[in-house]
Amino acid sequence: MVKQVRQISGVSCTVQLSKRILSDRIVAGTVRIHGPNFFWLKRRSQLDNARKMSRQTARIADPKKVNSELFTLTYGALVSQLVRDYESVDDVNKHLERIGYNIGIRLIEDFLARTNFPRCHDMRDAADKIQQAFKLYLGLSPGISNWSNGNEEFSLTFESTPFAEFVELPDSCSNLKYGNILPGVVRGACEMVQMEVQSWIIQDTLKGDNITELRIRFIKKLEDAIPAGED
Amino acid sequence: MAVQPQPFSGAEELPLELLHGELVCSEVLLSKDKDINELLSKLEFIGFSTGYRLIERLLKESPRFKDELETIKFICKDFWTAIYKKQIDNLRTNHQGTYVLQDNSFKFLSRISATKQNLEHGPKFLAYTCGMVRGALANLGIASVVIAEVTTMPTCRFHITITRSV
Repeated sequence: MVKQVRQISGVSCTVQLSKRILSDRIVAGTVRIHGPNFFWLKRRSQLDNARKMSRQTARIADPKKVNSELFTLTYGALVSQLVRDYESVDDVNKHLERIGYNIGIRLIEDFLARTNFPRCHDMRDAADKIQQAFKLYLGLSPGISNWSNGNEEFSLTFESTPFAEFVELPDSCSNLKYGNILPGVVRGACEMVQMEVQSWIIQDTLKGDNITELRIRFIKKLEDAIPAGED
Repeated sequence: MAVQPQPFSGAEELPLELLHGELVCSEVLLSKDKDINELLSKLEFIGFSTGYRLIERLLKESPRFKDELETIKFICKDFWTAIYKKQIDNLRTNHQGTYVLQDNSFKFLSRISATKQNLEHGPKFLAYTCGMVRGALANLGIASVVIAEVTTMPTCRFHITITRSV
């Protein structure tokens, strides 16, 4: 009589026994054949249990989401700190733009290193790349719309205000441009690739508009100038 | 030519890193008299409110921690992994409310060259994280004081002292 006991990792273990001593041998066989494997299985299930338990005590959402939330919350804390520090909201707007500019001039290097993009040849090309940068760094995919006649001005549209997920503006801050870091980033990044652009927010969901719209206008191409102090 | 964002390409970490760099190094948060301690306390507070809110998002559906040590372990493992993509390297405690968390390659210090001359700038880069830990603990019901020290560049230690309210 052939009894197939169990198949473990591709090796089938068969025990051939006479009927009379079946019960003893099976027990012995089971122990011998399955000994280490059974132990292994038990260990595995123990591990699984432990893992399940630790998951219960601390369930962390997926890291990508945590990252964007961390950025959102940090930015929020910064804005509220600036509102507390500076008396006029206009100052806060200006500083946010400035911070954005500083970030932009660093961010563009990482972007070019990651993507190996060649130089933009026109604004449509640039718009595409800016859109892809938003996808890469913030996981957002803004729409591109409202081109001006000469193809020198366009809008990026977001369904909500980027990194304003947990934000509500109090009435005293009605002039605050919450997302004003974004125009700064775009301006700084474009300046590093010899494009002077102007960028500003014209619609904002925080202010009750349906979408957030970031307008970008091409001003001029920056020429390589001779460094100061050289002839 | 389309960008194919990898699941964890590291690109999504960059904005925070740059923003943190801006907070630390730009003059925006500096008051008129350029008081470094005031800058540190502002950074710490930004961290505090971030940590306080973040922990609420992270632990939305999880049961209460058994005790203080388990909470600190959570900070070392899951909290740190969520933020810095690594765990704390070493945790020590005197079982009387003092914990020392050591990170051998702290992310915000890893881009600074490891010479002694940069050492004086270390505290600025740690204040935000101190606040973050304090905020996280505060929202878990533990009042604490968090101090950081750095002796050689990418290594730093966070001292958490639990303050027991009477």
